Amino acid sequence: MEQFQGQTLSWTLKDGIIEVALHREPLNEISSLTLEELEKFVAALEDLTRNAHAIILYSTLKPGFCAGADLRELYQWIQKFGREEVANHARAYLERIHRVMNVIDACSLTTIAAVHGVTFGGGFELALVCDLIIADKMARFCFPELRLGLIPGYGGIPRLKRDLGNAVVRDLLLTGRSFNTTKAQQIGLVSQVVGEGEALRAARATATQLGKFDRTTAAAAKRFIKPIPLEELQREIDLFCELLARPAVEAGLKKFVESTGAQPYLP
Amino acid sequence: MPTTDQALDEVLNLAASHFKVPREKLSPDDDFFKALGIDSLQTLDLLTKLESHFHVELPDYELQGVTDFRTLASKIQARL
Repeated sequence: MEQFQGQTLSWTLKDGIIEVALHREPLNEISSLTLEELEKFVAALEDLTRNAHAIILYSTLKPGFCAGADLRELYQWIQKFGREEVANHARAYLERIHRVMNVIDACSLTTIAAVHGVTFGGGFELALVCDLIIADKMARFCFPELRLGLIPGYGGIPRLKRDLGNAVVRDLLLTGRSFNTTKAQQIGLVSQVVGEGEALRAARATATQLGKFDRTTAAAAKRFIKPIPLEELQREIDLFCELLARPAVEAGLKKFVESTGAQPYLP
Repeated sequence: MPTTDQALDEVLNLAASHFKVPREKLSPDDDFFKALGIDSLQTLDLLTKLESHFHVELPDYELQGVTDFRTLASKIQARL
């Protein structure tokens, strides 16, 4: 399937570049439906890979790349299943999303996240599966999960640790603060910083350049340098599910979901 | 290093310019959410612009409860 038009994302294959566009209003919150469509993408990837050398992930929405997990859906799960049972439901969901993330992370193609604006939580984790992050100067990166009594659940901690080291993870994770693009480039997270609205253009230019390289070599180099931290990813799922079952999380999510304040993302 | 008044003036100019609000309509003690008509996501844009302009890092938690330009400028000043 060389192109797909879904409700949360779409993809096209053209000139060896697969472009995956996220377009779920308001800010690409990752829901069950997003996961289903990501699974479709991963299922199609084997065929797509034959005629491609790069993947670009980007958002068509003005406020940013992705705000992360759909917290309203997570809160609804707690309401529906109760605190005891929700952890089992969440585990099954997380194992599915980790499978998707791991496939993209280990994909033989070179992957680029072209990000702008809000790149938070699960959105940040989605960018982290990519080989390169190209960011416009208004992008911001954040793991806000601790504000809700949780940790990132889509593989962000092991991947950020793999890529940048434990100290950076601790800063982002334990303070819950957001980094701008300048900071993100200083710490090595972002490979290219571009002007406002230019991330996709720069990603396309980079992807076109990658097409000039031998694919076997590029894939071998990637396998060599980018191991998937499977054991830590599994431990992250365990810890997320353990934390999710606590009353404090339900209270934090309830406050977020019902907030009408100007800064609902701050506890 | 700019004085507190200079920093405040630069914050007001930058906010007016970025959000296309006439500068003369903004006052130091205005609630910037109301004066600029912005939501929490747009506040992040303002934060990014300010960090870039003043070459500082402003952790989000330092801005918790900050709603007026004067206090915002003082937070920046403290990091210069």
